[in-house]
Amino acid sequence: MTYIVKPKNHHPLLEKNELGLTRRDYEGAVSTLCAGCGHDSISSAIVEACFQLSIESYKVAKLSGIGCSSKAPAYFLNQSHGFNSVHGRMPSIATGAAMANHELLYLGISGDGDSASIGIGQFIHCARRQLNMTYIVENNGTYGLTKGQFSATNDLESKSKYGDDNLFPSIDLPSMAIQLGASFVARSFSGDKEQLVPLLKAALSHKGFSFLDIISPCVTFNNHNTSTKSYDYIREHNDALSRPDFVPSGKEILTDYPKGSTVDVPLHDGSLLSLEKISENYDPADKIKAIQNIQESQRDGKVLTGLLYADPEAKDLKEILNVSDKPLNEMDLNDLCPGSEKIKDINSGLK
Amino acid sequence: MSNADTRYLFKRYNTWWVKVAVPKTLREELGYDLRRSLQTHDLDKAQELRWQVVEQLKAKIDQAKSQESLDLFSVPEQTVTQYVPPTDTANPQYYHKVVECQHACPAHTPVPEYIRQISQGNYNEAYMLNWESNVFPGILGRTCDRPCEPACRRTRTHEKAVAICRLKRVTYDYKDDIANLIPTPEIGNGKKVGLIGGGPASLTVARDLVMMGYQCTLFERDPQAGGLMRTNIPSFRLPEEVLNEEVDQVLNLGIKTVFNSEIKSMKEFLEKDFDAVFVGTGAPKGRDINIEGREAADKNIHIGIDWLTSIAFEHTKSVGKKVIVLGGGNTAMDCCRTAIRLGAEEVKVAVRSPFDQMKASEWEIEDALGEGIPILDNHVPKRFLIKDDKLVGMEFEKVEAVFDEEGKRSLVPTGDDPIIIECDDVLVAIGQDNAFEWIERDIGIEFGEWDMPIVDKVTFQSSNEKIFFGGDAAWGPENIIWAAAHGHQAAISIDKFCKSSDLYDRPEPTTTLISQKMGVHEWSYNNDISQAKRFLVPHADQKNALKDLKMEVELGFDEITALEEAERCLNCDIQTVFSEDLCIECDACVDICPTDCISFVHNDSEENLRNKLRIPAINLNQQILVSEELEQTSRVMVKDEDVCLHCGLCAERCPTGAWDMQNFLYQEAKAYS
Repeated sequence: MTYIVKPKNHHPLLEKNELGLTRRDYEGAVSTLCAGCGHDSISSAIVEACFQLSIESYKVAKLSGIGCSSKAPAYFLNQSHGFNSVHGRMPSIATGAAMANHELLYLGISGDGDSASIGIGQFIHCARRQLNMTYIVENNGTYGLTKGQFSATNDLESKSKYGDDNLFPSIDLPSMAIQLGASFVARSFSGDKEQLVPLLKAALSHKGFSFLDIISPCVTFNNHNTSTKSYDYIREHNDALSRPDFVPSGKEILTDYPKGSTVDVPLHDGSLLSLEKISENYDPADKIKAIQNIQESQRDGKVLTGLLYADPEAKDLKEILNVSDKPLNEMDLNDLCPGSEKIKDINSGLK
Repeated sequence: MSNADTRYLFKRYNTWWVKVAVPKTLREELGYDLRRSLQTHDLDKAQELRWQVVEQLKAKIDQAKSQESLDLFSVPEQTVTQYVPPTDTANPQYYHKVVECQHACPAHTPVPEYIRQISQGNYNEAYMLNWESNVFPGILGRTCDRPCEPACRRTRTHEKAVAICRLKRVTYDYKDDIANLIPTPEIGNGKKVGLIGGGPASLTVARDLVMMGYQCTLFERDPQAGGLMRTNIPSFRLPEEVLNEEVDQVLNLGIKTVFNSEIKSMKEFLEKDFDAVFVGTGAPKGRDINIEGREAADKNIHIGIDWLTSIAFEHTKSVGKKVIVLGGGNTAMDCCRTAIRLGAEEVKVAVRSPFDQMKASEWEIEDALGEGIPILDNHVPKRFLIKDDKLVGMEFEKVEAVFDEEGKRSLVPTGDDPIIIECDDVLVAIGQDNAFEWIERDIGIEFGEWDMPIVDKVTFQSSNEKIFFGGDAAWGPENIIWAAAHGHQAAISIDKFCKSSDLYDRPEPTTTLISQKMGVHEWSYNNDISQAKRFLVPHADQKNALKDLKMEVELGFDEITALEEAERCLNCDIQTVFSEDLCIECDACVDICPTDCISFVHNDSEENLRNKLRIPAINLNQQILVSEELEQTSRVMVKDEDVCLHCGLCAERCPTGAWDMQNFLYQEAKAYS
């Protein structure tokens, strides 16, 4: 935490986006998380992604539950809507909000405690329903806010800072998300913005449920040398599937990878996620292969990162339910409540 | 004379030179123009000699041109990527350069340090820091040319520089009696030094040497010491009390003074028993103008600096009703403002160049304009108009600045009718020169091409080993702060000379680097960046000021404003010190830095490295701090010093203390410590 307000001065050559805004215009308050927290890097990556996509902040809703991760929305996009909900209940709030107004961009920020423990039921159904949102888990494998107990995503072999053994196997959220029907699933690392920012941009542009499991070291409780979620462990064991490059709609692909070495994922809005294959056996469109890749790398003691699985054609919740194109919150009383005559008609049709 | 053909010719210190412009494409290689001295004072001779030299210089340019076209066809050499080595921050000049105001100051005054002392209300300490570095804080706080201010980092991060010069004045204005803070000179070491001229350079040499026990004797042609500070700077800019206090502060250290004694022969002077001699006689000869009517109007034409001197010593007390000042430098500004105060009703400044190319400092021009004095630019004086043996006016030709393809300026007549301006007196302030007629040419002092003694740029020693030069006497007109800087160096040399040690073995600066961390988020400096705009200095009521030659125009900051202005300082001497062995590459510093100074990238050649930073470091005047290769990713940390606010947020957000804010105090070496 820092006492002074971050000076508003910026570099005279700071770039502007299509809206005439700088990266600084997407910031939030100065973080009160521990210095060096991975969550702050994720906030900064979100700022960068939103800046690059020229997103209008007021069209974004940031939603979170409880935990260090869930404090993070205060530290980016300070002109967006925000809702800090009950522990583990962010998906319900997001579902309700998205049903009422599907025109906002929903960005859920959660943690391993919030999503893999108390809120796992909510997480499961949110993914299963294909709610059109970006769901980020800032995964540090520990309960930082309550002084460093093991969370459900802490690896079995990863001891606590004080030397305690972890007794239970970890939950792998990306595998679950793929199984449950999420249509965009990726894993990344807070310390690798070159990978994280394009993935975030693709996730924000994807229609349907985008899930990002971002390993985010807890410098205070889970960055020691027996941790499997520390900066140096992840850097050493990071097994990147691909090098992503986000190509906005209407822009040319500028990267110059050899033919056959890239996989392109065209997104709903016309943009494209171009991936340079690093792993041979990589096909993000193949659900089974995706899960197999995750399992294999886990067996080999590696941390698989990159875009794991994507189905850009999948239907989102709004399409599945065939909801009106006009958001509910924009409808007037007559539309929302068609009157007793209309009810009679409907009822008579059901007789 | 005025119609003389001076193509390719120009005059420096009475000597004629040839100058040939260099085309734009070759400037990197050859410079702006090629010059060669004709080693003559005689115009006729110069006119005759020039063509051969012009041919030679042109041939040199042609040769370079053909070389250039050859280069276009040659195959470029294979470039080998050279990695930038880790920055050597143990070299005191690295962090010194980050403190740009101090680096730009010829005397390397520790600016941010004294400004911080002001913020803490320690005016005495702030004054003494200045006194150590530049000897005349009160005088310089009113008159300095302020090379520090254009260098101020705030001009790049915000808008206007910190009012450094006016804060220096604050240290003088609010100090208490500092007599007991001034160190006591050492007991006499038996060596004697003679100082010729009583200006800032000599006074600085005397102060530094007397501290070490030298017996210093200062010879001054005027009745009081101070040199140009007394004679050329009017008292409405520099009150006599301030001048006297700071000059006496030096003299009272035990310097012998011999006033009213102009040295007319160096040969005779050397017969006196001095171990070393310092010449600080300035550039005392004002340039004259030789145009039609000059002689006939002699009575009413005055050389600017001589005229100001006679006012300073109260020999001149009046001036005509209508006055024209010729020239666009600071002396011209002082002349016109003085003329108004002596009762002139119509004062006009006429300058040859366009307004925006005038030599005077911006603030001096503003003050003159503020007093209602018109500045007529593009006016080339043509002749003095005489009627009944009396000066009645001047004729000017209107010109405009035209730049040729090579960017060389020439003032071309517009063809308008000549402009006639009535006047009773003319003050000529078109430059000043050195005058060394009093130094015989057979006493071992070698003279160079411009009739100037040859003085070593490092040691300030002339070719007569016991004679040293400094201030304007060394290489021509500069300003007071340069004189002080020269004085310190000359004093070091004189001390070494008297001890028979190597003059080129210059002493190293003293530096300290101390962590400013007080607590988790606390620093022993104020890191909250002030967004205030530069505060204006109040001025005396103009109606009264214009009537009184001695009434100081600028009033200085009141205490509250001074403190607020001091807060504008970015504390560039609080350095961001990086320890790579502690870094865990968490990016916290990169994410928090408000001005995107920090990047973690793979090492490369300097050019590539500068271009691949978060924001390319295109300001090549600014250094980049490059770390050793980092353990986890083999990248390097690169910090662009250009627009760093020194807010310390990188260090606050660093979980391991790899960043620390450390106070770097750089003190230039002086003869005494």
